Amino acid sequence: MTKIDRWLLPDGIEEILPDRAIKVERLRRRLLDLYHSWGYDLVIPPLAEFTESLLSGSGSDLDLMTFKITDQLTGRMMGVRADITPQAARMDAHSLQRNSPNRLCYAGQVLYTRARGPLESRSPIQLGIELFGEASLDADVEVMSLLVETLSFCGLEDICLDIGHVGIYRALEQAAGLSAEQSGELFALLQRKDAGLQQWLATNVADASLAAMLAALPGLAGDASMLAEAKVVLAKAPAEVLKALSEVEAVASQLAECAPQAALFLDLSELRGYHYHTGIVFAAYTSESTLALGNGGRYDDVGEAFGRARPATGFGIDLSKLANLVAYSHSVAAGIYAPAPPALASHSEWAGEIARLRENGERVVRGFSGQHVDYDELHCDRVLMASDCGFTVEPAAANAVGDESE
Amino acid sequence: MSQLTIALTKGRILKETLPLLAEVGIVPSEDIASSRKLMFATNRDDIRLLVLRGTDVPTYVQFGAADLGIAGKDTLLENGDDGYYEPIDLGISRCRLMTAGMVGAAPVTGRIRVATKYVNVARRYYAEKGLQADIIKLYGAMELAPLIELCDEIVDIVDTGNTLKANGLEPRELIGDVSSRLIVNKGALKIKHQLIQPLLEGFSALVAAREQREGEVVSA
Repeated sequence: MTKIDRWLLPDGIEEILPDRAIKVERLRRRLLDLYHSWGYDLVIPPLAEFTESLLSGSGSDLDLMTFKITDQLTGRMMGVRADITPQAARMDAHSLQRNSPNRLCYAGQVLYTRARGPLESRSPIQLGIELFGEASLDADVEVMSLLVETLSFCGLEDICLDIGHVGIYRALEQAAGLSAEQSGELFALLQRKDAGLQQWLATNVADASLAAMLAALPGLAGDASMLAEAKVVLAKAPAEVLKALSEVEAVASQLAECAPQAALFLDLSELRGYHYHTGIVFAAYTSESTLALGNGGRYDDVGEAFGRARPATGFGIDLSKLANLVAYSHSVAAGIYAPAPPALASHSEWAGEIARLRENGERVVRGFSGQHVDYDELHCDRVLMASDCGFTVEPAAANAVGDESE
Repeated sequence: MSQLTIALTKGRILKETLPLLAEVGIVPSEDIASSRKLMFATNRDDIRLLVLRGTDVPTYVQFGAADLGIAGKDTLLENGDDGYYEPIDLGISRCRLMTAGMVGAAPVTGRIRVATKYVNVARRYYAEKGLQADIIKLYGAMELAPLIELCDEIVDIVDTGNTLKANGLEPRELIGDVSSRLIVNKGALKIKHQLIQPLLEGFSALVAAREQREGEVVSA
C-alpha cells in the first residue's frame, strides 16, 4: 500500500474539519433547541439494529441503501441505519406507547451503501422530526411549517417547497389494473416526466379516460393556480384522487398563511419515497441548491410492523449540507493565547487568571514551553501578559509566527 | 434574476437544434460553428448555452451545472435517468440503436462477446434476451471489432447502414429508436418553473406542429 492509499477516504465518506465542524455542531444545537421549543422530544436511536426493525415497512429502496453485518451474538442480520425515521417509528410504536400525539426529534449520522445523487455524501448527518398519532392535515401543515421555519431560522432565503401526494397516482394506477411489471414501467415514466408516456399508455391502459388522466399528471405541476386545471382534468377520477387533490389544496392554502416565506410548487406526479409514503410528500429547495435540502411526508402504515399502526408524518434534512449554505456572520470569536508562565508571575496566579478568563466565556489556549506559535493555527487574536501591576490581555501581533523561548 | 443554462450536444445534433432554438426565440449572440468557445451568450440575458460532448450533457444536467440539456436518447439510455426529467422528444437526429454482426457468421453458442460504447445498454439488452454477454468497451470504429474477431456482435447506432455494409456487417436486431430529447434538472424545474415552463410549452408546440405536418404528408 502506498502513502497515497493510506489517507484516502472511500467515495462519499467525509470528515468535517474544525472550520466546518463548529458550524455544523452549533447549527445542530440551535435547531434541536428550536424543535424542543415546538414540543419535539429528543431521542438518540442506536447506530445499528436488526434489519427486521430497521427496514420494516420501508420498501426495497432502503434495503439496498443499508450496510449489513451479521450479529456475532445471535447470527441475525444487523444493519447500520440508512434512515432514522423507522427507528423513531419503532420507538413510538413500541418503546414509548404514548396515547397523545407524540413528537420526536433526532440528529445522527447515517450511512448509505450508495450516494443518493451526484456529489452527495454517503455518511450525512440526518436531522429530523417525526409527528406520530395525528392523522389530520393540521399535522402535515405543522411539519411542513417547521421545515420552512428550519430553513429561515438558518437565514436562508428563496425557499421553495415542493408538494405532491402519492394517493393520486396510487388510486389511478390501481384503477388501471396494471401488472407489477407494468406498474414499474409507468412509475419510471412518470418519475422522468418522460415524453414516451402517452405512447406507453396507448398500448397498456385500455380505459381511455384513465389513460388521459395519467398522461396529464406530469404536466400538472406549478403554483397553486395549477389546481384549477387539475380539478378539470381529474374530474372523473376515483374518489380517492379527488380527496387527495382537496388535501393538496387545503395544505397549500394553509401554508400560504402560516409559512408565507416559502414559494410553493405543487407537482402531482412527484412520487419521492412512493413505496413508503401514504399521503402528502414534500421537499425543500433553495435557489442555492438544485438538490433537495430536506424532504419528508406522511407514512401512516410503518408502525404496524411493531404492533401499533399510528398516523405519522415528518421530515429529515442533511445537516452538513445545510451548514454549508449558512452564512456565519457571528463566526466563532478568536481566543486568548496564554504562553507558558513567565518568570514574573507565580504559577498559581497565572493559572488563576486563566481560569477567570475561561469563566467569563473566553477561549484560552495554554502554551507549552518551547512550542511553535502561530496565532492563526491556534485561532487566537490576543495574548495574556504579566507585568508588575498584574495581568493584561494585549492584541496579538498580526501574522506573528515563531517559537517560544525555553 | 435567475439564469438558465442549456447544455447542447455538439456535432450533428447541434446543427438540428439551433433552428429549433431560434423558433422558440433563443439565438446565440455569435456563430457557434465558427467559434472555439464552449459557452455562449444569447439574445436573451437570462439564457446561456453550453456546447458539450453528448455523453457529458446528462452529467451537466444531473449535477445542476446546466438546467436544461439536449441529448440523444442513446446517450440517456446509457447514462441512466437519475436527477432529470425527460419531458420532450424533439424528434431530431433520428437513428436506431442496433446489434450488428458479420454477414454469414455462424450463430454463437454460449457466451457472446460484444463490443460497444453503450456498455450499460448492451448488458441490459443481452440479459433480457437471456444471453450471457462479455462486454468490451470501445470508444470508436466499432465496425472493425467483429472483422478482426475481437467480438461476435457490436451494439451501435445505425443511420443509413452504409458503414456496416462497407465492412461486411449486417444490422441484426433493433434495441430502440433514437432521437434527441430535451432534459431538465429536477430541482431546476421546481425552482425556476417560471422561466422553464414557457420554454417547454414552446418546444412542445413546435414538435406537435411538425408531427401534424408529417402526418399530412403521409396521408396525402
